[in-house]
Amino acid sequence: MLKRVLIGLVMICGLSAAAVAEEPKAGGVVNAVIQPEPPGLMLGLVQNGPTQMVAGNIYEGLLRYSPKLEPLPGLAESWTMSEDGKVYSFKLRKGVTWHDGKPFTSADVVFSIEFLKQTHPRLRSNLVQLDKVETPDDSTIVFTLKQPFGPFLGIFEVGSMPMIPKHIYEGTDFKTNPANNTPIGTGPFMFKEWQKGSFIHLVKNPNYYIKGKPYIDEIYWHVIPDAAARAVAFETGKVDVLPGGSVENFDVPRLSKLKNVCVTGTGWEFFSPHSWLWLNNRSGPTSNKKFRQAVMFALDRNFAKDVIWNGLGKVATGPAGSSIKFHSDAVTKYDYDPAKAKALLKEAGYNGEKVRLLPLPYGETWQRWAEAVKQNLQDVGINVEMVATDVPGWNQKTADWDYDIAFTYLYQYGDPALGVGRNYISSQIVKGSPFNNVEGYSNPEIDQLFADGAVAFPDAKREEIYAKAQKILTDDVPVAWLLELQFPTITRCNVKNLITTAIGVNDGFRDAWLDK
Amino acid sequence: MLAFIAQRIGKAVIVLLAIVVLNFFLIRMAPGDPALVMAGEAGAGDKIFVAQLREKFGLDKPLPVQLYTYVKGIVSFDLGFSFRQQMPVSKLILERLPATLLLTGTAFAISLVLGVLFGTLAARWAGSWTDTAITILALIFYATPLFWVALMAILLFSVAMDWLPSFGYETVGANYTGLAHMMDVGAHLIMPATTIGLFFMATYARMTRASMLEVKRLDFVKTARAKGLRDAVIQRRHVLRNALLPVVTLAGLQAGTLVGGAVLTETVFAWPGIGRLMYEALLQRDYNLLLGVFVVCSAMVLAFNLITDLIYRSVDPRIEFAA
Repeated sequence: MLKRVLIGLVMICGLSAAAVAEEPKAGGVVNAVIQPEPPGLMLGLVQNGPTQMVAGNIYEGLLRYSPKLEPLPGLAESWTMSEDGKVYSFKLRKGVTWHDGKPFTSADVVFSIEFLKQTHPRLRSNLVQLDKVETPDDSTIVFTLKQPFGPFLGIFEVGSMPMIPKHIYEGTDFKTNPANNTPIGTGPFMFKEWQKGSFIHLVKNPNYYIKGKPYIDEIYWHVIPDAAARAVAFETGKVDVLPGGSVENFDVPRLSKLKNVCVTGTGWEFFSPHSWLWLNNRSGPTSNKKFRQAVMFALDRNFAKDVIWNGLGKVATGPAGSSIKFHSDAVTKYDYDPAKAKALLKEAGYNGEKVRLLPLPYGETWQRWAEAVKQNLQDVGINVEMVATDVPGWNQKTADWDYDIAFTYLYQYGDPALGVGRNYISSQIVKGSPFNNVEGYSNPEIDQLFADGAVAFPDAKREEIYAKAQKILTDDVPVAWLLELQFPTITRCNVKNLITTAIGVNDGFRDAWLDK
Repeated sequence: MLAFIAQRIGKAVIVLLAIVVLNFFLIRMAPGDPALVMAGEAGAGDKIFVAQLREKFGLDKPLPVQLYTYVKGIVSFDLGFSFRQQMPVSKLILERLPATLLLTGTAFAISLVLGVLFGTLAARWAGSWTDTAITILALIFYATPLFWVALMAILLFSVAMDWLPSFGYETVGANYTGLAHMMDVGAHLIMPATTIGLFFMATYARMTRASMLEVKRLDFVKTARAKGLRDAVIQRRHVLRNALLPVVTLAGLQAGTLVGGAVLTETVFAWPGIGRLMYEALLQRDYNLLLGVFVVCSAMVLAFNLITDLIYRSVDPRIEFAA
């Protein structure tokens, strides 16, 4: 059956590719699911997943990215980099207006950067090498860096650096500005209505700067809190789009077999969600490298991929996902080998001490995965105790390092300097946050490699540095890498051209159209 | 009677304050806080960001200071500001209140009317097949978990038969008005209201039946029968009325929970009510919102306890108010 699903997916991808060539039709209403309900839609203030998914239609970034992470024009129509890699010059599109009719200019870009430095922690760290920003004219913006920063061209997508209207926010308290409730961007869709607990309604921007786009007239984002109810809403035809993660994985094969239903795993290349088990390097059995290597050999990750994730995703070979830059395959590999795991446990002197396993409380799929991992570990003789928590409890326990083995997954944002290093460098061993080097791995060589990799120039040098880092990490096994995740997006097949970039649905419905 | 009411209100205020203080500490005993949750959702939980959020929410202050600020707000009817939703808690609750009252009020009406009716029928014809059928059905409805009933109802009436909508309060985007809107909301209401109503209907039916059978054996019923009164009059005026006290007690308890909504039912049917708001606030450790919902729910329970006591008096004039 699995094979059939996979063949189906391949065919669907093929059909999607064919759909690109079809002539788009204008008009229609799309009903999509959003879960959980976003806390706000002002993307400069709130950067969680659901906010990005809805507000990616309202706001825009300077660049977009192809599935291969090549920069594409967004609000910037072209860009250049100086030979020394320190000066980037962007030419903005002309004729772009905010939803209230005011023109979008380079002054808005400068203002957005200052705004986001205060509100966007990820961008703040991405801009650490920024020396100055200049605006020679209304449609040109020049960034000068203190030193070359390899991933610089990768920080301009809408979620990382949304453009904020200066004329609305300048001189106001950003957090209490009334415009936060009626967000104004330059995007293809405009905010219309939000009935809390029910739906968010967006309508077509009639003055969008790309003639003819968007094709769709209206989007309704429905808030449906229960995963089974979301599956039923799709099955009964009440919604047309289930973004990745909307339904439990075990429902995906059933829904994908329905008539006029298409499934795709693409649109996650930029985020490249990478899952692993944090192994507490500080104390207990998991502080022993041989024990950690034994865990890697004990895990049947192909089973997890094929059964729990319905064949979607890939087995992770190391700290960097295969879709991000500088992924290296020249690493130490760990195939499923319980005998080797047992031998390593013996060498590690493991005596059956209890090991606490903290699942990720994100629903049934993750619970089942935790049970499979527990079974794998028990099979090689590890004494595992599962600890139950909810999301805040999981945050607290991992932030306080109160675990032995803990499930997690993090986005990698296309480049090791943006989303990989934070989990392995020792300056990121900071109690009180669940999204850094929680396992407590400390290796001065790795610290130096990640520091060098971020500023090395050109890319060939970075590639060499990151290859070395990946090899060392796969030898040391600070964490047990699981899968490169893919969250399938499920749609009616007549919703065409929905996913065209590396951030998928988060890039909005700009290019999507309905084949009626 | 006024003295009785005044005394009960005085006691209620003290109880309410005690509930606020207790809940304040109970919520904070749960692991995790809103700052960590929000930082996690942003995928950028650096320590500075988490600290900024804690400062913004006032969570960096000592607990007694936080409690003092909160209670001070409550006394002036200010339920505070929702950390996550960035809105006043009272506004959020008021926004969700109509949907919840419609759902739980309908469920209350269905369960009370049908429950008492079925209980009366079962008691009137005790031992007959009618009694057996009602008793078995009541037992099934009483014992079946709500979420299972809800999911089965969706499978049957939405997926298989396509008779009723599976989620929401109304058909989004249809923009119905007037009667069409009422019909639309009604169609969305049937499954969730019935799901909640079934459990309470079973409870009322069982309680009415048992209570009526007890009263039927009493001397004054025999006297009424000896006087030659018609059976219907005996059942309605003498048996049912005297058997209603425990039903009123239960109805008072259920009415007290009207505002709290029905967390599971509202979640499964995506009903935009207070139960869901409470559930989401719990998962997000939105302390102020959660406490606000608790305060309103507690006030409702206290109010309905008082109303129940007043109804006792009208149902059974032998009961006197003791101030």
